[in-house]
Amino acid sequence: MSESITELPAQPSPLLQLDGVSKWFGEVRALEDAHLVVGRNEIVGLLGDNGAGKSTMIKIVTGFHRPDRGTITWKGQRLEHLSVQRARDLGIETVYQERALADQQSLWRNIFMGRERTTRLGLLDVGGMRDETEKLMVDFLRFTSQAVTPESTVGSMSGGERQGVAIARALHFEAELIILDEPTMGLSVTETRKTLDFVRGIKAAGKSCIFIDHNIFNVHEVADRVVVIDRGHTAGEFKTSEISVTDLIGRMQHLAETGSLDGGAPAKAAT
Amino acid sequence: MSGVEQAPPVNMSPQRGAGTHSVSDALSAILRRYGLQAGTVMMAVILWIIFAVGSSETWLHRDIYASLMSTVPVTQSGIIALTLTLVVIAGEIDLSFGSVMAVGTWVFMSCPQPELGLVAAIAAGLGVGLLNGFIVVRFGIPSLVATIGTWFFWGGIVIVGTGSVGAGTGFASGFVTNLLTGRIFGYVPAEMPWMLTFAFLLWVLLNRHRFGAHVYLVGDNDQSARMMGVRSDRVRMGVFALNGAAAAFAGISSTLEAHYFWPTVGSGAMLPTVAAVFLGGTSIFGGRGTIFGTFVAAFVIGAIEPGIISIGLTGFYTQVIYGAVIVIALIVQAAVRGRAER
Repeated sequence: MSESITELPAQPSPLLQLDGVSKWFGEVRALEDAHLVVGRNEIVGLLGDNGAGKSTMIKIVTGFHRPDRGTITWKGQRLEHLSVQRARDLGIETVYQERALADQQSLWRNIFMGRERTTRLGLLDVGGMRDETEKLMVDFLRFTSQAVTPESTVGSMSGGERQGVAIARALHFEAELIILDEPTMGLSVTETRKTLDFVRGIKAAGKSCIFIDHNIFNVHEVADRVVVIDRGHTAGEFKTSEISVTDLIGRMQHLAETGSLDGGAPAKAAT
Repeated sequence: MSGVEQAPPVNMSPQRGAGTHSVSDALSAILRRYGLQAGTVMMAVILWIIFAVGSSETWLHRDIYASLMSTVPVTQSGIIALTLTLVVIAGEIDLSFGSVMAVGTWVFMSCPQPELGLVAAIAAGLGVGLLNGFIVVRFGIPSLVATIGTWFFWGGIVIVGTGSVGAGTGFASGFVTNLLTGRIFGYVPAEMPWMLTFAFLLWVLLNRHRFGAHVYLVGDNDQSARMMGVRSDRVRMGVFALNGAAAAFAGISSTLEAHYFWPTVGSGAMLPTVAAVFLGGTSIFGGRGTIFGTFVAAFVIGAIEPGIISIGLTGFYTQVIYGAVIVIALIVQAAVRGRAER
């Protein structure tokens, strides 16, 4: 599954690498000496308690926060002064559940939100955008119902479908790294399944993803590798092919109790 | 984009019997898209039938239409209702336009040269509109209260500046007066082609230009739009500026039609104009609305008063009927929307 990507001194440089990243908010330390590697075409699950530093880490990756210390490397190139705009230009796209779509607008207007295509006259290329949306619907979204057209409003779709639209949009605009922050929050079981299928779609499309979810089962299911953040540190990481979900849960519990991922967990899982 | 094609088969929505429901699906899609507009037209037709039955000598004769074509676009500020539609779709409201009409007209009257005055007045309207937008955007004041404030302020400025003294528009007789209020073939008031021009240009702007796309997005979900790189602040300032420019234009036009400048011009414009926007199906919550709906609704609002008087009721009933039409229309809209949402 995960080729040579996760070996740390990676030969083909990883897509994204955070090294020794620290971030303080006044007196509060959000991250200290944290590390994160995202390989090419890899899905990385981020696990950690509330306040562990996941959001801060994501906001550093998307250029929203600037780290106080440490380096960000993108495809082997060190990034100084990463801004939100620069991150987007590089192909880092965040998909927030509630902040992604405009509900009363049509599917095609959502897909092309903020990046509308125009003709030479400077007018919207409505036909072109509709056709492009239709293609996405067939190829990626697999909307099969006749009732759904590029003119359908996004508000009439289910939670999972909406996640799909946001992910399809990111892929359509050549995002290299898609960050999903709690994409299954508040979704029913069926809708969660749909969302996880779309996350697999990112992998199939040859792109990478950072997947944050409170549900360890979801993370273990779709991620190639899980990175555990605890109190601002990177506590450890596991390839999901090498650890069972029970074992992972045991270790997370052990971490919560002792502050360390190692030891105890297998025994706990066994009992 | 190239990678997307390789996505695995992800079965999205349950396959609804392909074909069997497609006709009703298509119908409900059409209803969803055009239902409100069809409703607005139906309302206009019903009112027309009532008036035509009640007073055929008025409503089957062309004079009433010549009259409506001159009053609806500017005196009843139908043109402003069109630009106000963009403001409301963007999730804002502008109540100051009545005073901006006065400001624009005052600037026009102060210019010795009417052509130059027209340009200066529209620029002034644009500027006041921009200022409205700036106050809303920069200080985060809800536009409802911000523009009530600027409505008082600019109205007051004109009263102070003119000493509340009016003036005739004789100096402008000639090109500008003909341009804005002339009669085409001696019958069609120039206000009407102007309103059609405004409607057409605004329709293109709203539906076929990036700016219009952003107007819808900002009004629908400002946060999403910002996240996706839409410059929300600029968009909102833009719609306020447009509304200000249209207000100045309508103020001058209605003043030239009356041949006399009242410093209080536009003071009665607020409610019918706002009513036309909502009657036309534009959502007060933003994100939804059409130029077409407002256009038709402006004529409905404009026709109510002559309609009532022509069928023999006293003018006292005007407000009652206004109120009833607006409330009933909003209830029907809410019902249609509730259906479309499912």
